[in-house]
Amino acid sequence: MLPLLLMLSIFMLFRGHNLPGGGFIGGLLASSAIILQMVAFGPKVARRILPVNYLILAAFGVFFGALWGLPALFAGLPYMQAFWLPEPIPGVGKIGTPVLFDIGVYFTVIGVTTKIALLLVEEPILFPFPEMKSVPVDHQEEVA
Amino acid sequence: MIILLAIAIGSLFGGATYLILRRSVVKLILGLIMLSHGVNLLIFTMGDGVRRGGPPLVDASGQPPAGSADPLVQALILTAIVISFGFTAFVLALAYRSNQAAGSDDLDDLSTTDRL
Amino acid sequence: MTFHLFIPIVSPLIGAALAVLLHRQWVVVRALTLISVLINLGYGLWLMSVVPQSGPLVAQASGWLAPFGISLVADGMSALMVMLAALLMLTTVVYSFYSVDREREAHFYYPLLLLLLLGVSGAFLTGDLFNLYVWFEVLLVASFGLITLGGSREQLEGGLKYVVLNLLGSTAFLFGCGLMYGFAGTLNMAHIAERMATLADPGLQTVLAGVFLFAFGSKAAIVPLFFWLPSSYHTPPVAVTAIFSGLMTKVGVYSLYRVFGLLLQNELAIYAPWITLIAGLTMVIGVLGAVAQMNVRRILSFHIISQIGYSVMGLGLASAAGLAAGLVFTAHVMIVKMALFFIGGAAEQINGTGDLKKMGGLARREPLLALFWFLGILSLAGIPPLSGFIGKLILLQVGVSQQAYLITAVAAGTSILTFFSMLKIWNEVFWKKSYEDVNRLPRVRFGLLAPGAALVILSVALGLVAGPLVEYNTIAGQQLFDRAAYITAVCGADGCEAVYRAAVK
Repeated sequence: MLPLLLMLSIFMLFRGHNLPGGGFIGGLLASSAIILQMVAFGPKVARRILPVNYLILAAFGVFFGALWGLPALFAGLPYMQAFWLPEPIPGVGKIGTPVLFDIGVYFTVIGVTTKIALLLVEEPILFPFPEMKSVPVDHQEEVA
Repeated sequence: MIILLAIAIGSLFGGATYLILRRSVVKLILGLIMLSHGVNLLIFTMGDGVRRGGPPLVDASGQPPAGSADPLVQALILTAIVISFGFTAFVLALAYRSNQAAGSDDLDDLSTTDRL
Repeated sequence: MTFHLFIPIVSPLIGAALAVLLHRQWVVVRALTLISVLINLGYGLWLMSVVPQSGPLVAQASGWLAPFGISLVADGMSALMVMLAALLMLTTVVYSFYSVDREREAHFYYPLLLLLLLGVSGAFLTGDLFNLYVWFEVLLVASFGLITLGGSREQLEGGLKYVVLNLLGSTAFLFGCGLMYGFAGTLNMAHIAERMATLADPGLQTVLAGVFLFAFGSKAAIVPLFFWLPSSYHTPPVAVTAIFSGLMTKVGVYSLYRVFGLLLQNELAIYAPWITLIAGLTMVIGVLGAVAQMNVRRILSFHIISQIGYSVMGLGLASAAGLAAGLVFTAHVMIVKMALFFIGGAAEQINGTGDLKKMGGLARREPLLALFWFLGILSLAGIPPLSGFIGKLILLQVGVSQQAYLITAVAAGTSILTFFSMLKIWNEVFWKKSYEDVNRLPRVRFGLLAPGAALVILSVALGLVAGPLVEYNTIAGQQLFDRAAYITAVCGADGCEAVYRAAVK
């Protein structure tokens, strides 16, 4: 199921602009593929599918998505005003900033949903440091 | 249709209120989830498709295109569902951790921050 | 069309994403945080210098036309709030550099602060009701993270109450959004304001106003919806409590002003007596709640509630002058309240506890800290020539001129109680003799003193040079109350309905 779902997710990602689909749906499909593996074989196997830090992946997605709104800002147009390449690329479709933005959304959704699922399954100690100590004010020189 | 939806929303709200007023943290969270479902359903009924029988879109002839519904309420509900999904995950993790820290699921035992 | 109105939203967003990506280099993270906040501050100052003359500035996201896409609108109140949010965030970031432990920094403390700034700036700038809801959720997510980061038992317990009660408020807001869409058929604020004038269903409008009063009231911590605040605000680190006190409840006040000033202006007349009643109760109950407390930050938390009463009183006066006076007071209290949290928090960190009984003797040990605290409480109580005097004076003037004598008397009486309650902290923390040897306590470090001191000095300056602030807020209050100008700025001279009809045909 895994390759099939991943392929479907990428298909969904690229058909999304004018048809049902898009980055969010694609990302959910991809992460559900990973989560299915986790349900079937446990979190260790699922981690090996995409050996990245999912939180970093999500942050990268946000950054990547926000980045492609910027060209419009520099061109003196409202943020996220779309730019399109004039000719569609065969097999992929029309490419423009909304597609790139969707790719950012795709990564964010994969990162966030998989991270949540992994956290709930693996049960690490979410806050690894125990009690808030009242910090003696003088002992923080290295921070300054 | 609208009557059925109204009954469904009302029972979701009623059940949610009942659960939120319980002392158990888990039931409280279940109540919050139910409440958000109730509100989502309420937004759904606010779409023109349910209330007036047609979407606000019109084609060239001035008639609503066949087989289409108000897209905005769906977008609103999708956004609301995503947000409540994230919050639910967060609140569940928080309840789990506070259960570990306080050793109790009873809200009456979670009152150390309110004492003088 | 002001295309660069997106800067205060884009800069913290990209800053936060980059800060998470580069979270291993803490120098880079701090620099990114500082740069994003400074960009917002500069842009906010520029907005404040432009908006009084030009009227509301508008940008349409992705270039979609006004009633269909999401508009961003910066009028006088938005510009002031964007600037203040960035300024207060700047002091918080500086304070955090010196007071937040490394584990928190490693667990995305600064990205969460930026996310909070993102949500707050977005909420101040948006001109779309549902978008306001989304920004509320963004800032709530960030605040949830900040308040529970650390995971001690107190934080988790306080955090749970904070989270649950705020989620209830958000759900009520979403409920209101849904009803509003069903009622007005649009979510663009300008378009709603326009249709509100023509749609005739007074009953439903009153219900809508009630729902929004509940939703934003629970965010703003008015009586009887304030219980989440004092049970959670003293649990996280001082810097987090301070920025919450400056921003979180004020976003609720801002939304109340926006919704009742623009969307539901007709309802404001009906609700004004009730809002005034709530304002009076909030003032008195907040300050009385503080009397019983024996912890620095809990006393200050109850005072937040009491001060919210004054801001809501500005709304209850139901006029442009009243809203302007409320804005002056809100700006003042954001600054002074945070200063007091910073200074009280520094005292707490020196003593290692916030319990008044165990503190003492700091006036001799840290005279500067004591001096700024004293100036701060004078300002909060409203002693001339500090900014609190101006804020309260204008509110009371408007109250008297509108024959609202009772609420005016309550407001004046509450300031005396406020001063009394603040003197308690002064006596216990700074004035009385310490039971322990004061000289063994660590000295306060410059980074812990400077943010609070800077804000107190700003308050003194605002008190001495009050003219520009009052003029600015008078214009902001008028802009807020002027529906026609807002609609023209967003949708053009013909109004949103004309654009809507043209597009549907």
